[in-house]
Amino acid sequence: MAELMYREGLNKALFEEMHRDETVFIMGEGIAKRGGSFKVTEGLLDKFGPNRVIDTPLSEATFTGAAVGAALTGTRPIVELLFVDFAPMTMDMVINQAAKYNFMSGGQGTVPMILRTQGGAGNGLAGQHSQSLEALFYHIPGLKVVMPSTPYDAKGLLKAAIRDDGPVIFIEHKLLYMTKGEVPEDDYIVPLGKADVKRQGDDITLITYSYMTLKCLEAAEILAKEGISVEVIDLRTLTPLDKETILTSVEKTGKALIVHEAVKRGGIGGDIAATIMEEAYDDLDGPVRRICGKNTTIPYNKNLEKVCVPSTSDIVEGILEMV
Amino acid sequence: MSTKKLKSSPVVDEAILQEMFRNICLTRSFESKCIELYRQGMISGYLHPYTGEEAIAAGVCAAIGKGAYITSTHRGHGHCISKGAEIKYMMAEITGKATGYCKGYGGSMHISRKVDNNLGANGIVGAGMPIAVGAAMGLRVKGINEVSVAFFSDGASNNGTFGESLNFASVFNLPVIFVLENNHYAVSTPVECSSGCCELANHGPAYGMPGICIDGNDAEVVYLETKNAVERAKKGEGPTLIEAKTYRHGGHHVNDPGLYMDPDILSQWKARDPLILLKEKIDPAAARKIEEAVAVEIEEAVVFSKNSPEPSVEEFLAEIEN
Repeated sequence: MAELMYREGLNKALFEEMHRDETVFIMGEGIAKRGGSFKVTEGLLDKFGPNRVIDTPLSEATFTGAAVGAALTGTRPIVELLFVDFAPMTMDMVINQAAKYNFMSGGQGTVPMILRTQGGAGNGLAGQHSQSLEALFYHIPGLKVVMPSTPYDAKGLLKAAIRDDGPVIFIEHKLLYMTKGEVPEDDYIVPLGKADVKRQGDDITLITYSYMTLKCLEAAEILAKEGISVEVIDLRTLTPLDKETILTSVEKTGKALIVHEAVKRGGIGGDIAATIMEEAYDDLDGPVRRICGKNTTIPYNKNLEKVCVPSTSDIVEGILEMV
Repeated sequence: MSTKKLKSSPVVDEAILQEMFRNICLTRSFESKCIELYRQGMISGYLHPYTGEEAIAAGVCAAIGKGAYITSTHRGHGHCISKGAEIKYMMAEITGKATGYCKGYGGSMHISRKVDNNLGANGIVGAGMPIAVGAAMGLRVKGINEVSVAFFSDGASNNGTFGESLNFASVFNLPVIFVLENNHYAVSTPVECSSGCCELANHGPAYGMPGICIDGNDAEVVYLETKNAVERAKKGEGPTLIEAKTYRHGGHHVNDPGLYMDPDILSQWKARDPLILLKEKIDPAAARKIEEAVAVEIEEAVVFSKNSPEPSVEEFLAEIEN
């Protein structure tokens, strides 16, 4: 099996789906001629031409709204938003248009569009290019939120998202683009709404997603040497949320620790913790805990940036306090 | 400057004049009846009458035909009717019934009819323009030579999506017709207090497209200028901005008496009522027949919506369970 980078997995998904379905097209800032800031769309322009691979003006609200309109005409647009930090400029189109049409029209049509973007800290990009804003989308009924952590999942989930009736918010992580993993050549999809147990364990359940999955797996590996058996659930999609996988695991381990990079206050960890307590209280040996980003804007300075997001040792310490 | 002055009416086929008259008449009567039902408590929320502006929807929709897409506004009953909706299902929607176009989930501000290529009214001012731009992109991807129309207002022309959408359509040479319904008020703020450039059609040339200013109360003029824009778009000559000047016959919505509107100016516009202007141009016997048919249709719609069931709470709760 080929070993590919996360960004190559995404690129393969786009090639395959655009080849399979000629109503799929993609637009965004610098995605055609330049191939995208993170090279995810490289080669698409040559293969599919300028009507389907489109460099847009810097008009985030309008190209997101245009995706809604195009989706309603029976095409499957993918919009690339360079940074999730630019999402506030698109929010009317996302919240009031994309998320609402199917409902408000009484089910007359779906909005099969994807807003692809990337977030996260770690590249010294400071306050307006390092955020994790998934909770904003998670909060809105009518949206699906996908956040893959591996090249395999990135390809399979993007293909599933393109075939979905949408709308899908697909959030990549800037530190994952160069990570490698096995990616099959064949036409597989990873279904939306299905979490993945990335590591099996008996003593504690870690619930995480996106880049933090890697940190959780590192922590689990370290603690395995101490005889502590950690289960790591990678949610992969936040909505629909795979409650079943979470609750089954908590039933087994009796302990749940939620790890995400987004700030703790109002983050999805709180919602998952509440869900576990509502639906699996009797399985718990103690309180559900969260290790999350600090409630702050991401600072520029490298040392300061680093302490704002959970580290492997933060997770190790958090687990040790619970087991 | 490529804007045109208001001009006197040219000649359009009698059949088209009658179709437009029927849609204006139907919109006027539909909304009058809705206001009545609102006062009786049968309609909740907001209701934004299009009274006085109906010639724009009627003229544009007659010119673009069924295959074209439209995006509408919160003041959208006229667009919906002129694009082909049946008023009994509109009435049912606005009274919140399960038989409405949107099952009672949308209401007046969000009414849509996808099979008519009407992508919907919109509660967010300025939101329809990007969607219309996208519909034109979708048409291009599918290889269909049709147009899309964004209806919006002078108020929306001060939203960022206006500049973005005009530029976007222009740079990609998209078949979009931007129909700016200048009714001179953004809620209660007059256009001269909210727009630095009150000749709104001038925005067209600034974005590399024609900007045409027309008499929005004359359905014939609206029809002919829209036809020109459709022809340009279908020949691949790109988007057009049409500013159609008009005037609301009342306040912003059904509960706004519009006391801020100058009564003299209002009466000047009422003297140029689009319904009367067009009625004078068509065969009087045909006009009478249309008016009679409209009256029957309105009564049937009221009966239909009154007899229709409310949406089921149980079904709704089952649908949204996740």
